[in-house]
Amino acid sequence: MFKVKVHIMLKDDVLDPQGKTVSHSLDHLGYKGLSHMKIGKYIEFLVEGDDESKTKASVNKMCSEVLSNPVIEKYEFYMERA
Amino acid sequence: MKYGVVVFPGSNCDSDCYHAVTDQLNEEACYIWHEDAKLPEELDAIILPGGFSYGDYLRCGAISKFSKIMPEVIKFANNGGYVIGICNGFQILTESGLLPGALLMNTSQKFICKDVVLKVANNKSKFTNNFEQDEAIHVPIAHGEGRYHISDTGLQELKDNDQIAFTYDDNPNGSVADIAGIFNKRKNVLGMMPHPERCLFRNRKSLDILNIK
Repeated sequence: MFKVKVHIMLKDDVLDPQGKTVSHSLDHLGYKGLSHMKIGKYIEFLVEGDDESKTKASVNKMCSEVLSNPVIEKYEFYMERA
Repeated sequence: MKYGVVVFPGSNCDSDCYHAVTDQLNEEACYIWHEDAKLPEELDAIILPGGFSYGDYLRCGAISKFSKIMPEVIKFANNGGYVIGICNGFQILTESGLLPGALLMNTSQKFICKDVVLKVANNKSKFTNNFEQDEAIHVPIAHGEGRYHISDTGLQELKDNDQIAFTYDDNPNGSVADIAGIFNKRKNVLGMMPHPERCLFRNRKSLDILNIK
Protein backbone atom coordinates (compact mmCIF):
# COMPACT_ATOMS: atom_id res chain seq x y z
CA MET A 1 0.00 0.00 0.00
CA PHE A 2 1.23 3.49 -0.85
CA LYS A 3 0.13 6.93 0.16
CA VAL A 4 0.17 9.27 -2.83
CA LYS A 5 0.24 13.06 -2.65
CA VAL A 6 -0.42 14.94 -5.89
CA HIS A 7 0.15 18.66 -6.45
CA ILE A 8 -1.50 20.21 -9.51
CA MET A 9 -0.65 23.77 -10.54
CA LEU A 10 -1.50 25.94 -13.51
CA LYS A 11 1.41 26.15 -15.94
CA ASP A 12 3.66 29.20 -15.56
CA ASP A 13 2.32 30.93 -18.66
CA VAL A 14 -1.34 30.56 -17.60
CA LEU A 15 -2.79 33.51 -15.73
CA ASP A 16 -4.12 32.60 -12.29
CA PRO A 17 -6.57 35.35 -11.27
CA GLN A 18 -7.31 33.55 -8.01
CA GLY A 19 -3.69 33.72 -6.89
CA LYS A 20 -3.51 37.35 -7.93
CA THR A 21 -6.65 38.29 -5.97
CA VAL A 22 -5.55 36.48 -2.81
CA SER A 23 -2.09 38.02 -3.06
CA HIS A 24 -3.61 41.50 -3.35
CA SER A 25 -5.85 40.88 -0.37
CA LEU A 26 -2.92 39.78 1.75
CA ASP A 27 -1.03 42.89 0.69
CA HIS A 28 -3.96 45.02 1.88
CA LEU A 29 -3.82 43.20 5.22
CA GLY A 30 -0.22 44.25 5.61
CA TYR A 31 1.59 41.12 4.43
CA LYS A 32 4.04 42.92 2.17
CA GLY A 33 6.50 41.60 -0.35
CA LEU A 34 4.37 38.80 -1.79
CA SER A 35 4.48 37.99 -5.48
CA HIS A 36 3.94 35.17 -8.00
CA MET A 37 1.17 33.58 -5.93
CA LYS A 38 -0.47 30.62 -7.62
CA ILE A 39 -3.27 28.52 -6.24
CA GLY A 40 -3.42 24.88 -7.18
CA LYS A 41 -4.91 21.59 -6.08
CA TYR A 42 -3.70 19.01 -3.64
CA ILE A 43 -5.01 15.46 -3.85
CA GLU A 44 -4.02 12.56 -1.63
CA PHE A 45 -5.08 8.95 -1.65
CA LEU A 46 -4.04 5.42 -0.77
CA VAL A 47 -3.37 2.87 -3.45
CA GLU A 48 -2.99 -0.84 -2.97
CA GLY A 49 0.06 -2.66 -4.28
CA ASP A 50 3.62 -3.58 -3.44
CA ASP A 51 5.49 -2.88 -6.63
CA GLU A 52 6.74 0.71 -6.41
CA SER A 53 7.66 1.27 -10.05
CA LYS A 54 4.43 -0.27 -11.31
CA THR A 55 2.38 1.91 -8.94
CA LYS A 56 4.40 4.95 -9.91
CA ALA A 57 3.67 4.36 -13.60
CA SER A 58 -0.01 3.90 -12.88
CA VAL A 59 -0.21 7.08 -10.76
CA ASN A 60 1.65 9.01 -13.44
CA LYS A 61 -0.84 7.90 -16.09
CA MET A 62 -3.73 8.80 -13.78
CA CYS A 63 -2.26 12.27 -13.24
CA SER A 64 -1.70 13.02 -16.90
CA GLU A 65 -4.97 11.59 -18.19
CA VAL A 66 -7.47 12.41 -15.47
CA LEU A 67 -6.30 14.44 -12.48
CA SER A 68 -4.64 17.19 -14.51
CA ASN A 69 -5.28 18.76 -17.90
CA PRO A 70 -1.92 18.99 -19.67
CA VAL A 71 -3.16 21.93 -21.77
CA ILE A 72 -3.21 24.21 -18.72
CA GLU A 73 -1.77 22.33 -15.77
CA LYS A 74 1.40 20.65 -14.54
CA TYR A 75 1.66 18.13 -11.73
CA GLU A 76 4.07 16.38 -9.45
CA PHE A 77 3.46 13.59 -6.99
CA TYR A 78 5.12 11.92 -4.05
CA MET A 79 4.65 8.34 -2.88
CA GLU A 80 5.40 6.71 0.45
CA ARG A 81 4.69 3.24 1.78
CA ALA A 82 1.67 3.24 4.04
CA MET B 1 -33.36 16.95 -38.76
CA LYS B 2 -33.00 15.00 -35.54
CA TYR B 3 -31.09 16.41 -32.58
CA GLY B 4 -29.97 14.51 -29.51
CA VAL B 5 -29.42 16.42 -26.27
CA VAL B 6 -27.04 14.65 -23.89
CA VAL B 7 -28.06 14.81 -20.24
CA PHE B 8 -25.27 14.52 -17.69
CA PRO B 9 -25.86 14.61 -13.94
CA GLY B 10 -25.78 18.36 -13.31
CA SER B 11 -26.74 19.50 -16.82
CA ASN B 12 -29.23 22.33 -16.45
CA CYS B 13 -29.75 23.68 -19.97
CA ASP B 14 -30.85 20.36 -21.47
CA SER B 15 -34.56 21.27 -21.46
CA ASP B 16 -33.81 24.70 -22.91
CA CYS B 17 -31.95 23.07 -25.80
CA TYR B 18 -34.67 20.48 -26.32
CA HIS B 19 -37.44 23.09 -26.45
CA ALA B 20 -35.41 25.50 -28.56
CA VAL B 21 -35.06 22.74 -31.16
CA THR B 22 -38.60 21.37 -31.01
CA ASP B 23 -40.70 24.47 -30.31
CA GLN B 24 -38.70 27.12 -32.15
CA LEU B 25 -36.80 25.36 -34.93
CA ASN B 26 -39.62 22.84 -35.39
CA GLU B 27 -37.18 19.95 -35.62
CA GLU B 28 -37.16 16.59 -33.86
CA ALA B 29 -35.19 16.17 -30.64
CA CYS B 30 -34.58 13.51 -28.04
CA TYR B 31 -32.68 13.27 -24.78
CA ILE B 32 -29.65 11.01 -24.50
CA TRP B 33 -28.78 9.79 -21.01
CA HIS B 34 -25.06 9.90 -20.19
CA GLU B 35 -25.10 6.24 -19.19
CA ASP B 36 -26.48 5.07 -22.53
CA ALA B 37 -24.04 2.93 -24.42
CA LYS B 38 -25.49 3.73 -27.84
CA LEU B 39 -26.78 6.82 -29.63
CA PRO B 40 -30.34 6.84 -30.97
CA GLU B 41 -30.74 5.93 -34.65
CA GLU B 42 -30.46 8.48 -37.43
CA LEU B 43 -29.22 11.45 -35.45
CA ASP B 44 -28.09 14.51 -37.39
CA ALA B 45 -26.75 16.56 -34.50
CA ILE B 46 -25.79 16.21 -30.85
CA ILE B 47 -25.98 19.04 -28.34
CA LEU B 48 -23.88 18.95 -25.17
CA PRO B 49 -25.82 21.41 -23.02
CA GLY B 50 -24.73 23.87 -20.37
CA GLY B 51 -24.77 23.26 -16.65
CA PHE B 52 -22.44 21.91 -14.02
CA SER B 53 -21.99 18.29 -15.03
CA TYR B 54 -20.67 16.20 -12.14
CA GLY B 55 -20.65 19.37 -10.05
CA ASP B 56 -17.67 20.68 -12.06
CA TYR B 57 -15.57 18.46 -9.77
CA LEU B 58 -11.83 18.28 -10.52
CA ARG B 59 -12.24 20.59 -13.57
CA CYS B 60 -15.29 21.61 -15.59
CA GLY B 61 -16.06 18.74 -17.96
CA ALA B 62 -13.25 16.55 -16.63
CA ILE B 63 -15.49 13.78 -15.33
CA SER B 64 -18.07 14.01 -18.11
CA LYS B 65 -15.52 13.04 -20.71
CA PHE B 66 -15.44 9.59 -19.12
CA SER B 67 -19.21 9.13 -19.37
CA LYS B 68 -20.37 5.97 -21.08
CA ILE B 69 -21.92 7.91 -23.96
CA MET B 70 -18.86 10.07 -24.74
CA PRO B 71 -16.92 7.54 -26.87
CA GLU B 72 -20.07 7.33 -29.03
CA VAL B 73 -20.26 11.13 -29.27
CA ILE B 74 -16.60 11.23 -30.30
CA LYS B 75 -17.17 8.51 -32.89
CA PHE B 76 -20.21 10.41 -34.20
CA ALA B 77 -18.14 13.60 -34.56
CA ASN B 78 -15.26 11.77 -36.22
CA ASN B 79 -17.73 10.38 -38.75
CA GLY B 80 -18.81 13.91 -39.66
CA GLY B 81 -21.89 14.21 -37.40
CA TYR B 82 -22.65 17.71 -36.08
CA VAL B 83 -21.84 18.32 -32.43
CA ILE B 84 -22.52 21.56 -30.56
CA GLY B 85 -21.17 22.11 -27.07
CA ILE B 86 -22.62 25.07 -25.24
CA CYS B 87 -20.97 26.46 -22.09
CA ASN B 88 -20.32 23.35 -19.98
CA GLY B 89 -20.72 21.45 -23.26
CA PHE B 90 -17.81 23.46 -24.70
CA GLN B 91 -15.75 22.60 -21.63
CA ILE B 92 -16.56 18.91 -22.15
CA LEU B 93 -15.51 19.15 -25.82
CA THR B 94 -12.11 20.62 -24.94
CA GLU B 95 -11.58 18.12 -22.10
CA SER B 96 -12.42 15.22 -24.39
CA GLY B 97 -10.09 16.47 -27.10
CA LEU B 98 -12.73 17.12 -29.77
CA LEU B 99 -11.72 20.78 -29.64
CA PRO B 100 -8.31 22.28 -28.76
CA GLY B 101 -7.56 24.54 -25.78
CA ALA B 102 -9.21 24.77 -22.36
CA LEU B 103 -11.59 26.98 -20.38
CA LEU B 104 -10.35 28.69 -17.23
CA MET B 105 -11.74 30.89 -14.51
CA ASN B 106 -12.78 34.37 -15.72
CA THR B 107 -10.06 36.95 -15.08
CA SER B 108 -12.54 38.95 -12.97
CA GLN B 109 -13.08 35.88 -10.74
CA LYS B 110 -16.81 36.55 -11.10
CA PHE B 111 -19.65 34.51 -12.53
CA ILE B 112 -20.92 36.69 -15.38
CA CYS B 113 -24.52 36.49 -16.55
CA LYS B 114 -25.49 39.03 -19.22
CA ASP B 115 -26.14 39.64 -22.90
CA VAL B 116 -23.01 40.09 -24.97
CA VAL B 117 -22.33 41.06 -28.57
CA LEU B 118 -20.54 38.47 -30.65
CA LYS B 119 -18.95 38.83 -34.04
CA VAL B 120 -19.46 35.98 -36.49
CA ALA B 121 -15.79 35.42 -37.27
CA ASN B 122 -16.37 32.74 -39.88
CA ASN B 123 -19.71 32.20 -41.60
CA LYS B 124 -18.53 29.25 -43.67
CA SER B 125 -19.94 26.48 -41.52
CA LYS B 126 -23.32 24.84 -41.01
CA PHE B 127 -23.60 26.62 -37.66
CA THR B 128 -22.82 30.10 -38.95
CA ASN B 129 -23.96 30.19 -42.57
CA ASN B 130 -27.26 31.81 -41.56
CA PHE B 131 -25.27 34.94 -40.70
CA GLU B 132 -23.21 37.47 -42.59
CA GLN B 133 -19.45 37.39 -42.20
CA ASP B 134 -18.54 39.71 -39.27
CA GLU B 135 -22.22 40.15 -38.37
CA ALA B 136 -22.80 41.35 -34.81
CA ILE B 137 -25.24 39.13 -32.91
CA HIS B 138 -26.55 39.21 -29.34
CA VAL B 139 -26.29 36.07 -27.22
CA PRO B 140 -26.37 35.74 -23.42
CA ILE B 141 -23.46 34.34 -21.43
CA ALA B 142 -23.65 32.73 -17.98
CA HIS B 143 -20.36 31.33 -16.76
CA GLY B 144 -17.63 31.54 -14.17
CA GLU B 145 -15.06 29.55 -16.11
CA GLY B 146 -15.25 30.77 -19.67
CA ARG B 147 -11.81 32.19 -20.30
CA TYR B 148 -10.64 30.38 -23.40
CA HIS B 149 -6.97 29.46 -23.24
CA ILE B 150 -4.73 28.03 -25.93
CA SER B 151 -0.98 28.13 -26.57
CA ASP B 152 0.43 30.63 -29.08
CA THR B 153 1.03 27.89 -31.62
CA GLY B 154 -2.45 26.52 -31.02
CA LEU B 155 -3.93 29.96 -31.60
CA GLN B 156 -2.00 30.33 -34.84
CA GLU B 157 -3.36 26.96 -35.95
CA LEU B 158 -6.92 28.08 -35.14
CA LYS B 159 -6.37 31.19 -37.25
CA ASP B 160 -4.68 29.33 -40.11
CA ASN B 161 -7.55 26.85 -40.31
CA ASP B 162 -10.34 29.43 -39.90
CA GLN B 163 -11.50 27.68 -36.72
CA ILE B 164 -12.55 30.77 -34.79
CA ALA B 165 -16.35 30.85 -34.98
CA PHE B 166 -17.26 33.77 -32.73
CA THR B 167 -15.37 36.53 -30.97
CA TYR B 168 -16.55 38.87 -28.20
CA ASP B 169 -17.06 42.48 -29.07
CA ASP B 170 -16.17 43.44 -25.50
CA ASN B 171 -14.23 40.54 -23.98
CA PRO B 172 -16.01 39.71 -20.69
CA ASN B 173 -13.78 36.94 -19.35
CA GLY B 174 -10.22 37.41 -20.57
CA SER B 175 -10.37 34.82 -23.37
CA VAL B 176 -7.35 34.65 -25.67
CA ALA B 177 -7.95 36.68 -28.85
CA ASP B 178 -11.51 37.49 -27.63
CA ILE B 179 -12.57 33.95 -28.57
CA ALA B 180 -16.17 33.03 -27.70
CA GLY B 181 -16.49 29.90 -29.83
CA ILE B 182 -14.41 27.65 -32.07
CA PHE B 183 -14.84 24.85 -34.59
CA ASN B 184 -12.79 21.75 -35.15
CA LYS B 185 -10.81 21.69 -38.40
CA ARG B 186 -13.61 19.92 -40.26
CA LYS B 187 -16.17 22.48 -38.97
CA ASN B 188 -18.68 19.85 -37.85
CA VAL B 189 -17.98 20.44 -34.15
CA LEU B 190 -18.72 23.81 -32.53
CA GLY B 191 -17.99 24.81 -28.95
CA MET B 192 -19.09 28.15 -27.55
CA MET B 193 -19.53 29.71 -24.11
CA PRO B 194 -22.57 31.90 -24.98
CA HIS B 195 -26.03 30.30 -24.95
CA PRO B 196 -27.85 30.46 -28.32
CA GLU B 197 -30.60 28.20 -26.96
CA ARG B 198 -31.66 31.04 -24.67
CA CYS B 199 -32.44 33.30 -27.65
CA LEU B 200 -36.05 32.21 -27.87
CA PHE B 201 -37.72 35.60 -27.74
CA ARG B 202 -35.28 38.47 -27.67
CA ASN B 203 -32.50 38.17 -30.24
CA ARG B 204 -34.34 35.25 -31.80
CA LYS B 205 -32.04 35.32 -34.81
CA SER B 206 -29.10 34.09 -32.75
CA LEU B 207 -30.97 30.82 -32.22
CA ASP B 208 -30.11 30.03 -35.84
CA ILE B 209 -26.67 28.91 -34.65
CA LEU B 210 -28.49 25.69 -33.76
CA ASN B 211 -30.23 25.61 -37.14
CA ILE B 212 -27.84 23.50 -39.17
CA LYS B 213 -30.10 22.48 -42.03
